[in-house]
Amino acid sequence: MEKSKLQALAIQATKARLLAVQMVHDAASGHPGGSLSCLDVLTTLYFDVMHVDPKNPRDPDRDRFVMSKGHCSPAMYPVLALRGFFPVEDLKQFRSIDGHMSGHVEMHVPGVDMSTGSLGQGISTAVGMALGGKLNHKDYRVYAILGDGEVAEGQVWEAMLSAAKYKLDNLCACVDVNGLQIDGRTADVMPTEPLDKKFEAFGWHVITIDGHDYDQIEKAYAEAAATKGQPTMILAKTVKGKGVSFMENDAGWHGKAPNDEQFAQAKAELEAKLKELEG
Amino acid sequence: MAEKIATRAAYGDALVALADKYPELVVFDADLSGATMTKGFAKAYPDRFFDMGIAEANMVGVAAGLSTCGKKPFVNTFAMFAAGRAWEQVRNSVCYPHLNVKVVGSHGGLSVGEDGATHQCIEDFALMRAIPGMVVLCPCDGHEMRLATEALLNYEGPAYMRLGRLAVETVTDAIPGYSFQLGKASKLADGKDVTIIATGMMVQMALKAAEALKAEGISARVLDMHTIKPLDEEAVLAAARETGCIVTTEEANVLGGLGAAVCEYVAGTCPVPVVRHGVNDEFGRSGKAPLVLEAFGLSPEKIAECARKAISMKK
Repeated sequence: MEKSKLQALAIQATKARLLAVQMVHDAASGHPGGSLSCLDVLTTLYFDVMHVDPKNPRDPDRDRFVMSKGHCSPAMYPVLALRGFFPVEDLKQFRSIDGHMSGHVEMHVPGVDMSTGSLGQGISTAVGMALGGKLNHKDYRVYAILGDGEVAEGQVWEAMLSAAKYKLDNLCACVDVNGLQIDGRTADVMPTEPLDKKFEAFGWHVITIDGHDYDQIEKAYAEAAATKGQPTMILAKTVKGKGVSFMENDAGWHGKAPNDEQFAQAKAELEAKLKELEG
Repeated sequence: MAEKIATRAAYGDALVALADKYPELVVFDADLSGATMTKGFAKAYPDRFFDMGIAEANMVGVAAGLSTCGKKPFVNTFAMFAAGRAWEQVRNSVCYPHLNVKVVGSHGGLSVGEDGATHQCIEDFALMRAIPGMVVLCPCDGHEMRLATEALLNYEGPAYMRLGRLAVETVTDAIPGYSFQLGKASKLADGKDVTIIATGMMVQMALKAAEALKAEGISARVLDMHTIKPLDEEAVLAAARETGCIVTTEEANVLGGLGAAVCEYVAGTCPVPVVRHGVNDEFGRSGKAPLVLEAFGLSPEKIAECARKAISMKK
């Protein structure tokens, strides 16, 4: 990837992280950990990979995205705002009784293709959209992000079977493998590894990458697009809470808001990072 | 002799008959296409039929996603699994975003017969009715089922429709002035002493009960409440005001279904005695369907008994 493009993605992702932390702080609730971990993948999707038009969010030919781990609205909403689907100011309504920025990802927010929140369900709807692409002879592609804790839901594996049956090579899902969930380490709560072998056995093409490396992310999506006859699963190894030192690798930040002091520190860290990137 | 056909069979025929007129119609099943009667559609329109295997949760989700691409998916399995196993997928993936998915539960109620309680869904009306914005239907015969299926194709939004396993007598085609409209009860017989509000195969039994009551000099109105939600409040209010008491009858638990809907409504508008006839909060059991129905009191005689009781409760 060219240096300028890499830098542009890093800037957008850092801006999104700042907004994510701000939203959760202001709402005094929300899910920062898993939002921060998937933000590099999500930013690359919306700013580099996906064909979407913020002026025409329901374009029938657009690429689709489903945030199957629907609690990661603090990742989804900032990326959509930065991409131009709605004003960044709207994020102030996050989790508030006023406005449209609900706690989980919902379709009444411009740019959202599917309401999610109940784990395991989003990926099935992504399968349906990919099936729709095939039936309607459209070239669009469908993307989804799941959590590694979410993978314990049986419905995820039902969805895997059906995507392989219908050879949905227009579908590319990504598991945000940050290794942590509400109750602790995923390996302790419910071991799901080896994920690569499991998804392969379910008929998917599997690519394992560093989920914070834009170059690897871009290449993985290009490889997925070139893969014919089967869907692709990207296993993105990530750090929960990425970008905020005290949130990193701590399951406690799954669904907790920072207090004023913690927020000030998070903001300072991310602003310093942004300054460094913007030179 | 009137036609005798199961509502599931009429539904299967209707899907095939309507397929060319509604090219967006697509059909899903979960390994039960022979029983739910979608196999005719599968054979005639293989490119628009998807067998998702024994995986109802995913089937509902895939249909939800597909509905956002302009298709009109009908998902099919037994009522037990459509309304029971996949309830939360129906709630969160279909109803909350108000997507255009029709959930069709075949083999509703005790008339499943031999398969027994695990497959005799008596809770589907209550489960589906409890979801905001959900339309709940249970047509009574083949004629009504064909009309209901087309009505659902023209309705934009989520709906649940129950089908029955047993062949039942077609009655609605012989009723003068009968027409099918979603959310509007059909008055199959008029009367002034009591109103019997029935849904599904209890409609035919209600008509028989009304005839028996007539011989005793009791004039019973019979309402075919094919749409349990939204309830036809106008028809219920008129029944309460004009006949002074109501019997509800359904092949389902008396908790949370049609009877509950009628009680909830009249309690706040025109309180009159309502006797709820149905399954009395217990699980079914195996046996030949007619014998199971008889064992649980789902018969014209019991409906007539309920009518006499309701009349006796009038002030």
